[in-house]
Amino acid sequence: MYTWKDYVGYDRLPHIWCSGCGNGIIFNALGQALEKMQLPLEKVVIVSGSGCFAKIVNYPGVNTVKMLHGRVLSGATGIAMANPELTVFALMGDGDGTTIGGNHLIHAARRNINVTAILGNNYNYGMTGGQYSGTTPEGSITATSRYGLVEDGFDACKLVEAAGASYVARTTAYDVLELQKMIIEATEKPGFAFIDVLAACPTHYGRLNKMGTPAEQMLKIKEGTVPVAKAAKMSPEELKGKLLTGKLVDRNDREDYAVLYAKMAKEARGE
Amino acid sequence: MSDKVMFMQGNEAIVRGAIAAGANFYAGYPITPSSEIAEKASELLPLCGGVYMQMEDELSSMTAVEGSTLAGARSFTATSGLGFSMMQEHIGHAVMCEVPCVIVDVQRGGPATGLATKPAQGDVMQARWGTNSDHSIITLAPASVEECYELAIKAFHLAYRFRTPVIILSDASVAHMVENVRLRTPKPEELPASRDPQCDPSEYLPHRFDPDHPATLAAFGSKYIYHMVSSTHDETGLAKTTPDVSDRLVHYLWDKIENHAEEIAYTKEYEMEDAEIVLISFGCSARSARGAMEKLRAQGVKAGVLQLQTIWPFPVKAVQKALAQAKLAVVPELNLGQLYSEVQRYNVEGRKVISVTKVRGELITPDEIIKAIEEVK
Ligand code: SF4
Repeated sequence: MYTWKDYVGYDRLPHIWCSGCGNGIIFNALGQALEKMQLPLEKVVIVSGSGCFAKIVNYPGVNTVKMLHGRVLSGATGIAMANPELTVFALMGDGDGTTIGGNHLIHAARRNINVTAILGNNYNYGMTGGQYSGTTPEGSITATSRYGLVEDGFDACKLVEAAGASYVARTTAYDVLELQKMIIEATEKPGFAFIDVLAACPTHYGRLNKMGTPAEQMLKIKEGTVPVAKAAKMSPEELKGKLLTGKLVDRNDREDYAVLYAKMAKEARGE
Repeated sequence: MSDKVMFMQGNEAIVRGAIAAGANFYAGYPITPSSEIAEKASELLPLCGGVYMQMEDELSSMTAVEGSTLAGARSFTATSGLGFSMMQEHIGHAVMCEVPCVIVDVQRGGPATGLATKPAQGDVMQARWGTNSDHSIITLAPASVEECYELAIKAFHLAYRFRTPVIILSDASVAHMVENVRLRTPKPEELPASRDPQCDPSEYLPHRFDPDHPATLAAFGSKYIYHMVSSTHDETGLAKTTPDVSDRLVHYLWDKIENHAEEIAYTKEYEMEDAEIVLISFGCSARSARGAMEKLRAQGVKAGVLQLQTIWPFPVKAVQKALAQAKLAVVPELNLGQLYSEVQRYNVEGRKVISVTKVRGELITPDEIIKAIEEVK
């Protein structure tokens, strides 16, 4: 029987994240979800890249690997294809996941690689001092958009849905129990599963955009979202600027890449 | 049973050599003139239980190669030109995390898009120094189709022996030349080292900063749980960024290869016993050198060839031995003198060395080498 402490590597804590940061909340939710699933420690691999969230690899009691910035999903792809028995988590910030690694996000979803990707989406590069990323909303003040951001961020969930992911969900770091549930669903789902977790970076994004205390920032992020069921009854005007939360995609029409590849190879060998 | 002999391209021989060495994973992005490697890998790997992955670019190819290796596969990739530039990113990661793998660079004319279909040897220094910061790396260069097969086997062996990425520096000419290859089965001792650390899982460390005995790399999913962090790390694999750890790690990564340069130095000698004119070359230009040597010998000139199959670490002893007997040393290569500058670095006795270069996307002819020799006589 493993506890969440075994999965997160409790003895290596405390972690380095700022108080109020969403990263620690997501990490805790992952530990709790793993405790519920009771996966053997040696069969779990956590892959990260660069940035604050990527530091997660320094703690867990399961296998971890830190790839270079943006290469989280391509590394996870190699791991998942070399040993399909492993449960592979790709933990990425919005830099890793949607910006420098955006191309890999498209193709991991398109191939339907059996990986659970969790995006710690806090709208900026925390590690390097709070510059804007591919998800930063237009008008935001960041370390590299002092007069307001001219670009607009994009909806990562819509992107991976269009690319072919089997499971897509969104929640916020405020809704930690929902996040735990989603992690379990995503892990149990064969194929590519993606969870967009909207989270606070109080040190940079929250401070520069005058979002108040970390708790207030978390609430503000939550207020910018609408659960899918509720959204169905709302007008386009009411939904303007809101992000949908909840389970957005749950497809069963396509097997994951490793299964399809193994079938093709078997046929090629005439077995 | 006698070995099968087949008539094939250099690119195909590399794939067959890799598979003979136990390779079962390929991740790459097609690029001329290396694409036949991807094509053959996609055809042969599924037949032997392996996986071919066509990634979205060279950045992801190199990462998938590493990821698959950590999860227990024996992996390789191939590229060319600017694809090699992109792979440098994660080659540095493989150096830092000591992830054994094989990268084939089929050199073509450059810079940038350059001469996509034409041979060149301009990546000698990029193979050595293409990724950031101090590190060492192993680079092997085949000059024939048979050598493509043989060096692919050696590359995998060295990658696991030294826990390092190994580069096979081929070129468009060797890649597309068609010759006979003996498809021999490697002896057990020629194969990559085991992935079983044979210690108690609680004692396993993924790194050992001992240049003579790098740690055994366990596979994710085995009973050995480990961390692999590309930041400066200690032997646990976890980030530790103190000055002392950085110092130990960087020196270790350098020493584990450079201290064993002689063990890694593969060279071939042709008519070197009494040679006074010594041609030092590699890859396709070593073939040009042999052509020149034969013509010179026919004229009664004592010419010999030292072919470097290992480029990095530089085979200093073999080169210095050749220089010691040379009245004149000649370094023909399809670049502006990258190998030549390295030969000169070790030319401590000040022998006369000339550089024969060409960047026209054409091979050096034996006559061009002979002409260069006559000009300095
Ligand atoms: S800088 Fe931002 S993202 Fe980084 S740890 Fe602090 S709050 Fe979290």
